[in-house]
Amino acid sequence: MQRLLFAFIAGGLFGAGLFISGMTDTSKVQGWLDVFGQWDPTLAFVMGGAILPMAIAWTFTRGRKPLVGGTFPAPSDPKIGRKLVLGPVLFGAGWGLAGLCPGPSVASLSYGGWPHWVFFGAMLVGMFAAPRVRARLDNTVPAE
Amino acid sequence: MLQTIPVDWIWGLIGGLLIGTGGAVFLLANGRIMGASGIIGGLVDGSGRNSAAERIAFLIGVFLLPILIKPFYRSFDTHATTNIAVLVAAGLLVGIGTRIANGCTSGHGVCGISRLSLRGMVATVFYIMAGGLSVVLFRHILGVI
Repeated sequence: MQRLLFAFIAGGLFGAGLFISGMTDTSKVQGWLDVFGQWDPTLAFVMGGAILPMAIAWTFTRGRKPLVGGTFPAPSDPKIGRKLVLGPVLFGAGWGLAGLCPGPSVASLSYGGWPHWVFFGAMLVGMFAAPRVRARLDNTVPAE
Repeated sequence: MLQTIPVDWIWGLIGGLLIGTGGAVFLLANGRIMGASGIIGGLVDGSGRNSAAERIAFLIGVFLLPILIKPFYRSFDTHATTNIAVLVAAGLLVGIGTRIANGCTSGHGVCGISRLSLRGMVATVFYIMAGGLSVVLFRHILGVI
């Protein structure tokens, strides 16, 4: 139960932050990506603001255990394969196209109107199909 | 001095601090990395079956809090395109791309960079570059968005 409560609080902070920061406004996200147009640096402030408490949080994980039990995530695997290039490239292409990424797509569902539901539905389909695409990538190049 | 800083940047910073605090709570309390694509994707493809309730509780928070804050705003326009083909194509790309990448803006960007993860930084560089090229191509060259 505690685990669910903390998950809800974390999600709430995330959703509130996405709304307040303007990151559910697709024109601000596309404005950040549009270096040849009217460039909007807001996203850099959001990223910087978000990284700060997270960086502090990571330092607290050393030699400790999570509050509700379990273990902290292992250090990230340093392997850089082609999935780490191809995935972000596909993601970035869609991100630029609609100005939405997974977090803001959920946060904006209640007030963004039907376009947000269309995007969200298509994203779920993409996520459903992803394991098959991933398996094919693993099979064709075993030397990742 | 403060008057010379656009108010959007300040709200961006405050919102960012909230996002990071959410990530800190999820990490320190539950021992989880706050990655939106992983949390949703694990529910969709079944890989997160064991932690389904925790994922759903998180997503309810993400969905609900903007509803509670929104009444304090006179208006909020997300400026989303109404071109269905663009929305579907973008959604599919984001869905497949983030799951192949094993992370998105929150997981690789916020949580990865803050622990100086090389994977997080590499992914972030590539999705921002691809996003920039996407806007150049679809807005300035093809004029679709």
